[in-house]
Amino acid sequence: MRPLLSVRDIKRHYQVRVPGGFFGRDALLKAVDGLSFDINRGETLGLVGESGCGKSTTARLVMGHIPLTAGSVAFDGQPVTARHDSDWRAMRRRMQMVYQDTLGALDRRLTISEQIGEPFAIHEPVMTAGQRHERALSLMDSVGLRADMARRFPHELSGGQRQRVVIARALALSPDLLVCDEPVSALDVSIQAQVLNLLDDLREQTGFAALFISHDLKVVRQMSDRVAVMYLGKIVETGAPEAVFKRAQHPYTKALISAIPTPRNRGRRERIVLEGDPPSPVDVPPGCAFHTRCPLAMTQCRLDTPLLSGDGDHLVACHAIHQSAQSAPLAAE
Amino acid sequence: METQLSIRDLTVDFDQGRQFVRALHGVSLDVAVGETIGVVGESGCGKSITWLAALGLLGKRATLSGSVKLAGTELIGASEKQLSSLRGGKIAMIFQDPSSSLNPVHRIGHQLGESLRLHRGMTGEQASAETMRLLDRVGIANARQRLNEYPHEMSGGMNQRIMIAMALAGEPDILIADEPTTALDATIQAQILDLLRELSSENGMALVLISHDLGVVADMAERVAVMYCGRVIETASTDAIFDNPTHPYTRGLIAALPDLEGPKRRLASIPGTVPPPDQLPPGCSFAPRCTHATPLCDVALPALLPVGPDAGHSVACIHSGPMRVEKSKAPARQSVTAELEPA
Repeated sequence: MRPLLSVRDIKRHYQVRVPGGFFGRDALLKAVDGLSFDINRGETLGLVGESGCGKSTTARLVMGHIPLTAGSVAFDGQPVTARHDSDWRAMRRRMQMVYQDTLGALDRRLTISEQIGEPFAIHEPVMTAGQRHERALSLMDSVGLRADMARRFPHELSGGQRQRVVIARALALSPDLLVCDEPVSALDVSIQAQVLNLLDDLREQTGFAALFISHDLKVVRQMSDRVAVMYLGKIVETGAPEAVFKRAQHPYTKALISAIPTPRNRGRRERIVLEGDPPSPVDVPPGCAFHTRCPLAMTQCRLDTPLLSGDGDHLVACHAIHQSAQSAPLAAE
Repeated sequence: METQLSIRDLTVDFDQGRQFVRALHGVSLDVAVGETIGVVGESGCGKSITWLAALGLLGKRATLSGSVKLAGTELIGASEKQLSSLRGGKIAMIFQDPSSSLNPVHRIGHQLGESLRLHRGMTGEQASAETMRLLDRVGIANARQRLNEYPHEMSGGMNQRIMIAMALAGEPDILIADEPTTALDATIQAQILDLLRELSSENGMALVLISHDLGVVADMAERVAVMYCGRVIETASTDAIFDNPTHPYTRGLIAALPDLEGPKRRLASIPGTVPPPDQLPPGCSFAPRCTHATPLCDVALPALLPVGPDAGHSVACIHSGPMRVEKSKAPARQSVTAELEPA
């Protein structure tokens, strides 16, 4: 079966100026550096990583908001480009986005029903204003907004309600793919649970596929069918949530998981505290980008970039893990 | 245990021009010497306001009443001069966003030196030696070079370490950390929490950890206070709060949190939203969202009363009262009715 979204070795590099010399010097910021993944119909891929690892850039590349430096993105077999022509607009109708900053994502001079009806105004110009309003009301009902909010403006709603508006608007045209960039990071715990449950229910009803981006491992585990962990522009580990979170192999994933305090594991979690900060994406270390903070780093890690490999669905990009996987069967003999 | 800081019936009213809005409705909390206490709640619940009020940092628009005693000294109504000698000295505070708490146009060394001069009267050689020691203490490598850098040249985690170093400059007895790791990445958060834990155990410094993250609080605190709409609604030891939560809101918060372990389950969300502070219901402020609410909840304001077998476990819910009556008879019923009459 052809995947709905197929991302192959995408890269996005930026020319930046960094301090150095009298006027600074040119440098290359590798925000996304060789990323490949597929999303099947109805499947949710969770993308986790710390700030600056390229999660949001990936979202924008997938949507065709910014051009690729290298690689390709195909949506239902069609290449996604940053040329915003009629092909892209037709495709864009089937891929929608949910943002973290809801106040920024909504037009603050449009009422809620106008916001939610706007996709129809763009993609279905034959609809009358009355019909749009009707559709908006039924969408509001499906995301749990009261009908009397239709005439309100974004600033009159709470953060959780605004996120519901953004979700309703994104789902207006029944898209096949929903790209969610940190959809619940700005919300309080009790509201976060409401929005996550809502997304879960809507996915069940409409069957959209999703690229779910978050820095919060707990949220990603809750929402995803498959998980990819990113570090400095690359995927370091990917697999089913249970595999990645319970049998994490990559030292970065392990550290990330051990760094998350939860009420359940209080006082008895294995703690791996990484030294130092992640390197800047302008100065990505050669070889494995994680070797500067890795407890397992070897000489090879400074020289070669490890590739994602493993058995089945659970893939890891780490020399140390690959080596021990190779030597294990030998030792058994 | 000896009490370091004691807050009694603290209320805060904000003057909004046309009306006064009450943000805190009589908060009482004790912090023992060397203790780590976690304060959790959602945004707008008053968890930060409590401590800003205690330190006199709320400005002229806020009217305070109640009492805040720091080692016997009353802070409410104290003069600005008295307060400023205590702030940064006996009691220090760090905030969520370290880069906006630091002055962007001064070098790190200068800013640290300033707090040493103000609180410990150190200058020159002595101050710079102490600055180096502090930076070293908070785990900043090559301190000598860092002293000459500006906040923007450092990462968020580094800046938070600088803030902690600055807070330590006055050798405080109590450190208030308001969402100290919220703006930081998970791996950096783990570093900063470790540092805070280490510092508080080594210096015998009490730590007040304000956070919306139940995980962080569960990990760090010995005792937890849960706040909702300007009131403490449940307080207990960390184990009691998470193993035996009693208030429906606390239970709801814990159930709403996705987990990394265990079977995947549907999250139990709390319906509705937090009411704005000027539109609180007359009774229990959680009643409109509470699944256990009865008509009594809409009229009776529950008091924070002891509950259960654990010492120091108190809950503000009238439904936790009668349940306890069944077990231990009379006194609880009296206190519930006593609470009803004035309302």
